[in-house]
Amino acid sequence: MRRLLERWRYHILIFFGVLGPGFITAMVDNDSGGIWTYSAAGAKYGYLPLWTLLPITVALIVVQEMCSRMGAVTGKGLADLIREEFGLRMTFLVMALLVLLNLTNVVAEFAGVAGSLELFHLSRYVTVPLAALGVWFLVVKGNYVSVEKVFLFASLIYITYIISGILVKPDWKEAAINSVRPIVMLDSGYIYMLIGMVGTTIAPWMQFYLQSAVVEKGITVKEYAASRLEVIVGCVMTDVIAFFIIVACAGAIWSVAPKDLNNNPAEAALALKPFGQYAFLLFSGGLLNASIFAASILPLSTAYSVCEGLGFEAGVNRRLSEAPVFYVLYTSLIVIGAGIVLLPGFQLVKMILLSQVLNGVLLPFILIFMIVLINKRDLMGEWVNPRWFNFVSWATVVIMTGLALALVGISIRG
Amino acid sequence: MADNLLYFTELLSMPVLDLKGKRIGRAKDAALVPREHAARIDRFLVGGGDIWLTVRYDQIRSITLDRGIQLSDEQLLPYHDDEYMLRIGRDLLDQQIIDVTGRKVVRVTDVTMGLHHDGQRDILTVLEVDIGVRSIFRRLAQGVLPWRWVRRIQRRIPPNSIRWEFANVVEPDPLRRLRLNISYDKLEEMHPADLADIVEDLAPAEREAIFDSIDSEAAADALSEVEDPKMQASILESLEPEKAADIVEEMAPDEAADILSELEEATSEEILDEMDSAPKTEVRELLEFADDTAGGLMNTEYVVLHDHATVSDAMAALKGNEDLLETLNTLFLIDEEERLTAAIPLARLFLAAAESRLKELASETLIQVTVDETQDRVTEFFDKYNLLTLPVVDDEGKLAGVITADDIISILRQK
Repeated sequence: MRRLLERWRYHILIFFGVLGPGFITAMVDNDSGGIWTYSAAGAKYGYLPLWTLLPITVALIVVQEMCSRMGAVTGKGLADLIREEFGLRMTFLVMALLVLLNLTNVVAEFAGVAGSLELFHLSRYVTVPLAALGVWFLVVKGNYVSVEKVFLFASLIYITYIISGILVKPDWKEAAINSVRPIVMLDSGYIYMLIGMVGTTIAPWMQFYLQSAVVEKGITVKEYAASRLEVIVGCVMTDVIAFFIIVACAGAIWSVAPKDLNNNPAEAALALKPFGQYAFLLFSGGLLNASIFAASILPLSTAYSVCEGLGFEAGVNRRLSEAPVFYVLYTSLIVIGAGIVLLPGFQLVKMILLSQVLNGVLLPFILIFMIVLINKRDLMGEWVNPRWFNFVSWATVVIMTGLALALVGISIRG
Repeated sequence: MADNLLYFTELLSMPVLDLKGKRIGRAKDAALVPREHAARIDRFLVGGGDIWLTVRYDQIRSITLDRGIQLSDEQLLPYHDDEYMLRIGRDLLDQQIIDVTGRKVVRVTDVTMGLHHDGQRDILTVLEVDIGVRSIFRRLAQGVLPWRWVRRIQRRIPPNSIRWEFANVVEPDPLRRLRLNISYDKLEEMHPADLADIVEDLAPAEREAIFDSIDSEAAADALSEVEDPKMQASILESLEPEKAADIVEEMAPDEAADILSELEEATSEEILDEMDSAPKTEVRELLEFADDTAGGLMNTEYVVLHDHATVSDAMAALKGNEDLLETLNTLFLIDEEERLTAAIPLARLFLAAAESRLKELASETLIQVTVDETQDRVTEFFDKYNLLTLPVVDDEGKLAGVITADDIISILRQK
């Protein structure tokens, strides 16, 4: 009995020891772009998009699991592996795309900051520069352990969405039925939304971030079981939150009158006002938290990946003179990202939507690299992908490519 | 001078011409045979039809950027077995190596070779491993722009290279390491803290390769400098128990105990079994104490004398403990019952006559803690009394070990 308890204690300890990378990644997944995409989906299509969450969760788990497995087995980041196995040119191309894509994502995060605080009549010309400065200092001057703790705590704030979802009193029966009843429409708005939903949930940059974080944390094959559990728990949580966001918007907006959300990323929060001050506060507070959370991780992760892949020194524990490329890239992503939001006449929502769709379009590209890498036996040994994993990940590639092509086709035909 | 340089990216896909000047294929890779020569390009791999051919360096007449590689001997063997070859394109390009002088891990972007004529043929030798922006530009532009342009433009970018002698390839497979004549002797001479930094930057397999092949003393020093206790444990775990035991024996007992306590019990037992009996007992005793108590922090490396000893006795004792001298700063006195009676700052010995009693040189107050004192309290003592060494005693007042300031610094840094 005592042995059993001891063993149990050991496993719990390991679980908390590795708690961090997978969970944080999954949570940061619901960034401002994600929240907006889900809100917009719920506001326009009601409970209809709920069915996508189940397959998205499976795909998310499979993809994230592949990353953390690669990190644990090889001890190398995704950018490292792409460089070693595919050479410099390919790496350069991937990194160039990643920087551009992530810049649009950073813009989306700062747009989230601006939008959520403008609900409280705070000007974006004050809030966005402050947020940018705060984020920069937190990462550059803080140390990794305390930053990770801050992030883990920030993950808890996402619960606000569950509460606001309940406060709205949506039609639970309808929600339950639609969660398992797939409906596909060949309507460009609908397909756009679907790509956005997959793209925001399984974003390319997260794969780079997660794998590096697993390596950084020193998780080895031995502790891998705990790490996998963490990934699964995190992914399920992510989509539970997504579920409540969609349900909240379906209940509060769509059931009154279906509507396009395209003025302010925080418009959904405003629509929750009739359901009480709390629902409104929780929803907008959640958005602010998510935006800042992701704005702290995204530029950092991008700078890391690029330096890793191209062989520059990186890391916040290095001095500016030691890792100039890293700091320049990190700082410019924040400065440019925040700067774009402040341009006069900038449309917050258009940019967010664009970033999510770009995520979705580029995802298959990154996924193919990952699938090729993880099936290399000289790299992964016995840890290569099981067949059904390959099936799910190839299916994701095919579906995403199909959706992207369908979108292009529909928009050409008008 | 600049004309005698050839970059590996320029060599790649150079045409290879036979005696009559007919093209038989293009250069696909070049390889060193380290057992024969450390830097000379010994083999060129040529791809034409379905198979690759191997060209030995002495089958070549000339290598020029304009005309390519001209052979002097057409008897080429098909390329198959390459166990003894270090292939530049496959094994070096885009991989990580250790920059021994710069003391860091870098990624290879290109390789600079020197081209010289020895009277009969052109010979290529590896001069430098290129990293940084200039070589990235070269890699990206090669084949897109003519080589002359690439060379001209890149002059504006500052170079960043490592001399080949100071580049250390990391090879996880021990057999291949032997065949390729890769050794880590150069790493053994590094400062342990630098070596630890390098090791922390590598992937686990490469990390193990290094600890497996450097000598136990260097390995022990570097292992103590690795900051993350989890990483220390996983390195030790990955080694053969004998090798792990050799390394642990070389470590200070308190550090050895700290690392072993991170391991699973079966593994740490296995390592302890392989150790010599004297260090084993010490480490075992230390393992008994909880990590965050004085007992867990202390080590058993100290010099102790009887309380009627004289300065010359102390000198004699020090001569017998030369391996401790580097860190020693306090001597301890004990009475007949082995109870701690006094602590003597080492520096006071210099000013005292040889026959004077050590007791007279002792610090006014004896500051000591018991083995079960908490870590926080110990840290507080160090701060309050400005200590370098703090003696730890058991329940009966017998000296059990000492805590030194470097242990405290590590604790504070981890917070």
